[in-house]
Amino acid sequence: MERLKSIDEFFLLRDRLRADRNPDLPTIVIPAGTCGQASGANDLIRITKRELLDKRLTEKIQLRITGCHGFCEMEPSVRIEPGGTFYPKVSPKNMASIIEAVAKGRVLKELLFGNRETGTPIEKQADIPFFKNQVRTLLSRNEKVDPIRIFHYIGNDGYSAMARVLSGKDPRWVIEEIKSSGLRGRGGAGFPTGLKWEMLSKQASRNGKFVVCNADEGDPGAYMDRSVLEGNPHSIIEGMIIGAYGTGATEGIVYVRNEYPLAIKHLLIALRQATQFGFLGKDILGTGFSLDIKVMRGAGAFVCGEETALIKSIEGKMGEPRQRPPFPVERGVHGQPTLINNVETWANIPVIIGLGAQEFAKVGTKENAGTKIFSLVGKIRNTGLVEVPMGITISKIVNEIGGGSVNQTRIKAIQTGGPSGGCIPAEMFHLPIDYESLTQVGSIMGSGGMIVMDEHTCMVDVAKYFMKFLKEESCGKCFICRKGTQRMHEILDDISSGRGKLEHLSLLEELGSVVKDTSLCGLGQTSPNPVLSTLRYFRDEYLEHIQNRQCLAGVCKALITYSINPNCSGCQLCLKACPAEAIHGERKEPHIIDAEKCNKCGACKSVCPFDAVEVRSGGGSVDWERGRMG
Amino acid sequence: MITFYMNGLEVTVEEGMTILEAARFLGLPIPTLCHKDGLSPYGSCRLCVVEIGDGLKAKLVSSCTYPIEEGLRVRTASSRVMKARRVILELFLASCPQSKTIQDLASAHAVQQQRFKQEYENCILCGLCVRMCEEQMRAKAIGFRSRGEKRSIGTPFDIQSEECRQCGACLYICPACQLRCTYTEPERPICGGCANLPPPCLEKEGFGDLMCYMTPCVACEIRKEDRKE
Repeated sequence: MERLKSIDEFFLLRDRLRADRNPDLPTIVIPAGTCGQASGANDLIRITKRELLDKRLTEKIQLRITGCHGFCEMEPSVRIEPGGTFYPKVSPKNMASIIEAVAKGRVLKELLFGNRETGTPIEKQADIPFFKNQVRTLLSRNEKVDPIRIFHYIGNDGYSAMARVLSGKDPRWVIEEIKSSGLRGRGGAGFPTGLKWEMLSKQASRNGKFVVCNADEGDPGAYMDRSVLEGNPHSIIEGMIIGAYGTGATEGIVYVRNEYPLAIKHLLIALRQATQFGFLGKDILGTGFSLDIKVMRGAGAFVCGEETALIKSIEGKMGEPRQRPPFPVERGVHGQPTLINNVETWANIPVIIGLGAQEFAKVGTKENAGTKIFSLVGKIRNTGLVEVPMGITISKIVNEIGGGSVNQTRIKAIQTGGPSGGCIPAEMFHLPIDYESLTQVGSIMGSGGMIVMDEHTCMVDVAKYFMKFLKEESCGKCFICRKGTQRMHEILDDISSGRGKLEHLSLLEELGSVVKDTSLCGLGQTSPNPVLSTLRYFRDEYLEHIQNRQCLAGVCKALITYSINPNCSGCQLCLKACPAEAIHGERKEPHIIDAEKCNKCGACKSVCPFDAVEVRSGGGSVDWERGRMG
Repeated sequence: MITFYMNGLEVTVEEGMTILEAARFLGLPIPTLCHKDGLSPYGSCRLCVVEIGDGLKAKLVSSCTYPIEEGLRVRTASSRVMKARRVILELFLASCPQSKTIQDLASAHAVQQQRFKQEYENCILCGLCVRMCEEQMRAKAIGFRSRGEKRSIGTPFDIQSEECRQCGACLYICPACQLRCTYTEPERPICGGCANLPPPCLEKEGFGDLMCYMTPCVACEIRKEDRKE
């Protein structure tokens, strides 16, 4: 393909691609992001290709391989267009019959998604509660394009926003448009994007300016950025071109962690294609505007998601934050003014230019415009990526989209914002999700991780887990962040092992507030959040651990014991499952657990078919139904 | 020249100064551990934090790295700052009690307890030696490695570095390597010796004919705090 030399050539190409498209042609869409591939989407693709060739259906049925659609719980799934039939958890042996049904225009009822309450199958993807309650501006674009085929993206109005902007729009208009859209940075802090762009555009620099895409997503349990990069890399590139044009930047960098191989692969392919088509490089579409985008791979340090540490890492130095000011827009990569935005922010840019700022601002609330993708994980029925308008309540996400808890257990809290976020108790699920209200209750929006916790989750253990993560991932430059997280972990470890004292709680609070106050970067300043928020809302659990030496959730190993009750039929399943060889007993005789040897792994409980293995803490057994002591 | 407010006073200093430089120029003491004149500021010990801004936007920043801005409001010893410094010093004592520098700083701030598990680490990772080696000795023989709790300072691969001339500047500048004051209880991180003996003026009414030999006087500082509270 030759480089396109003018805007007109681009629109000609787009119109041709649009005209070529036959929307009525049946299409099998197989999402094959990392989640899809892990659950077997590659097998489905292979079978589908073979079937289509064998049965000579290639003219009649199209196959489209895309990135993640969001419903990761139901992968590998298949979507049939037009119509939007959704088949969840497709097994390879059913694929042939699905293809046959598509060829005949039928729907296989028995493979459809079953409604949980009524048991009736739901055919259309759009009618499934998980999808119905979302506003999928970004994720729905993942369904439409094959990430490694630029024609798909262009045919679906891709790069049109860029072409519109490049066709003689004033860069100031671009910035005004982003400003009036009300878009705020999706990386966590929520700084108004348009304002940041304006600051960069006002910076004079002889040696060029940088636009950077921050794809160093490191929160445990969060993968929104990965899915967008994997499923729609061209939207990031387009956003960055528009951003560079608006701010006068001359170079682009995508900083992506090396743990995302598929995202890097798709991004590199997309960059090559965009350069071939003339969307990148010198003299883009004959407009005289030039931009190059490079990919930098990060080695996976969590702290490199912090913008000043990210700059250091790009420069090839140790990933360590530095004092701001000077802000990156003043002095960034190699000392040049630098604009750093998150993946999701960049992905929103073509949407804003395409729809118009006014239209974009209609979604969400006044202060928090647009949609936000959250990765909903933990003790929830519908695990996956959900895209919702800002200002939606937590309860709507958890109960309606997420479908509630897994085994009718009571949901206790939700943890937002990754390791630096806080736990929000179920009583506060009426809260709208926006930057301010989350900060108010002691959590943060973060990049959008949401971990649902039920009564089998011990909040002391949760805080301890995040402290362990943070003490390993703190860069270690600030003494207070390095030692503070270590000491908080040490104290939490004491509490969860039954060595806790009452004065530990005030010490945790005192230390937490100082770490928050005196740390240099965002990582340190938010690192006490898991401790402080659980102390604030779940203090009784801490007291239970300290005063009664009990863990009601049955999680803290030092405070629980496993035993076998008279329900035991002597089937010896647990005996075989025990890795510590702590269970003994004859066949058809009740077994006994040797407390000395037991390492409390829980393997016996998970295999027991008679509910005979009991977890006890303190005086009574942990009642798994209510989370209370019997 | 640039004008800003230091502890409520309107002052004017040269442009480009950091808060710490300005404070020292004006004679206001700010304790530091990782700062030395002649080396680039690093901001790792966090002892030099000061409070800037007003109301809800007030925050603590390290004064050694923060450049003065026009109209900035700085408080070098507000209660928030002092509370933070005490906790930081307590953490220092808990990790590295063998340093006289740290002991002195702690007693100057009336840190009377250490509530964490006692450790005896030799290094507080302040980075003075790394900067000394690089900036003054032009050797770049040592550097930081790894992150978080695994962070350490050393030569590459922990073998004798060809860059190292064994000049000893790193040893000279280290605040943690000095011998500590043990008094009668060698295990206690807080020395309890000279500096922690209550100064005579605390016990007696006024000075009388006693001469105070302490600068700054610990007792006077404590009493000032008490009066405030």
